[in-house]
Amino acid sequence: MEYFLELLFSGLTRGAIYALIALGYTMVYGIIGLINFAHGEMYMIGAFTALIVSSVLSIYGLPLPAILVLAALAAAIWAGAYGFTVERLAYRPLRDAPRLAPLISAIGMSIFLQNYVLLAQTSDFVPFPSLVPEFAFLEPYGAIVDSSGLTILAVSTLVMTALTLLIKFTRTGKAMRATAQDRKMALLVGINVDRIISLTFVTGSALAAVGGLLIASHIGQINFAIGFIAGIKAFTAAVLGGIGSIPGAVLGSFVLGLTEAFATGYVSSDYEDVFAFSLLVLILIFRPAGLLGKAATEKV
Amino acid sequence: MLELRGIDVAYGSIQALHQVSLRVGPGEIVTLIGANGAGKTTTLMAISGLVPPHRGEILFEGRPITGLAPEALVRLGICQVPEGRHIFPELSVAENLDLGAFLRRDRRQVAVDREQVYRLFPVLQQRRHQPGGTLSGGEQQMLAISRALMARPRLLLLDEPSMGLAPLMTKHLFEIVAAINKEQHTTILLVEQNANLALQVADRGYVLENGRIVMHDTAEALRRTPAVQSAYLGI
Repeated sequence: MEYFLELLFSGLTRGAIYALIALGYTMVYGIIGLINFAHGEMYMIGAFTALIVSSVLSIYGLPLPAILVLAALAAAIWAGAYGFTVERLAYRPLRDAPRLAPLISAIGMSIFLQNYVLLAQTSDFVPFPSLVPEFAFLEPYGAIVDSSGLTILAVSTLVMTALTLLIKFTRTGKAMRATAQDRKMALLVGINVDRIISLTFVTGSALAAVGGLLIASHIGQINFAIGFIAGIKAFTAAVLGGIGSIPGAVLGSFVLGLTEAFATGYVSSDYEDVFAFSLLVLILIFRPAGLLGKAATEKV
Repeated sequence: MLELRGIDVAYGSIQALHQVSLRVGPGEIVTLIGANGAGKTTTLMAISGLVPPHRGEILFEGRPITGLAPEALVRLGICQVPEGRHIFPELSVAENLDLGAFLRRDRRQVAVDREQVYRLFPVLQQRRHQPGGTLSGGEQQMLAISRALMARPRLLLLDEPSMGLAPLMTKHLFEIVAAINKEQHTTILLVEQNANLALQVADRGYVLENGRIVMHDTAEALRRTPAVQSAYLGI
């Protein structure tokens, strides 16, 4: 039972991280129909930014929680700036081009950013400090729950709730949904669609960066390529849940995270990816639009 | 109020509008009639800033507005109800209306206008929590017009409001359009394939053929012109 709970917790933690990244994929897809293949790189850049900022701050001897918060803010802002720039440079000029063109420039951006970090930093794995303090109250449950995992769950729940409220109730959120549903009409009611699209990229990148920081602190090392596999997994989660749907991305992420955790725990860690992608294939066979996705038929 | 001077619009190598000039005076209802593909919708899209004219000038109250962003045009009071209604399908009726008032900051007045729209179309109030996509065609057209009214337009551009509607619903809508013009002093540029109806509510009309204005006159005179009768009125 304890083993089961441990796996359950580790699956939820994984799912929460996937969700933070998957939200960026699904929001961008929902609004401009593009798979932003450079999105995983925002997660990687977030982790590197957090590493640099936290190293500097720890020289000044700040307490750990303060470092964690400041590093998260810095990572979110910096990755947000990258997201903004990538959209401006690589996607906006191609907005009316055939669908394949922005897809290829997205892959190009991903390769560029990876190699840029490789050259600017290093190709080796670099150690990442644990930014989450050990919670004393968790000690009796140490075998099941650890404090960094719990922090991941808490932070991502908080962030996702805030995002949902933003999209549901604010003026900007309404403008986002309107732009996603009918871009031409959004222009006609006076929404600055370019600004909304930029904002979507910035938000998605900031979320991924927070995910990057949390997982780096959990695992303890990063390198320039971590964005690739995390990006692919989160993308899988978004497709699993129904790309374009925000609740779908969250659900897909948790389904994927739990599947991986149980597959690793009860079968073998070698089969982690096999189970993850078999699940994707299975769901796409029976529900091609994903768990919460809508079939692409529209009433005219 | 609105003036187009020699507008040319092209999509790639296909030129859709040739030297289109027209004028809409304050408080008028002016209609633009013509066959499918004549360039009626393109004209409205050029006025709303969605397709940039290659040549020519658009003036609103004497000021050039050519090339302004759609957002800026809505701020000036130019609002369009596009062809096919373009309701945000997954937003509720109330949210669709709120988006019509997207650029307005006077919340209290927006609430007053919402009540007024509900008085105009009571069915929208009954369905205010329903997603826009679940409404019938006629109700969607009511919602589309109401959404535009929420912006307090000074110039309302209506594109094919009768499309796909039952004759009775069309008649009802046209009565309301006329009432909006009379009571709120909203200037209206109406694009219609149903020329008969359009020429009944309009003060003046322009006839568009293959991207060119071929005729313009008062609505009454156009109704009596043999060429218009045979081509557009089925007489």
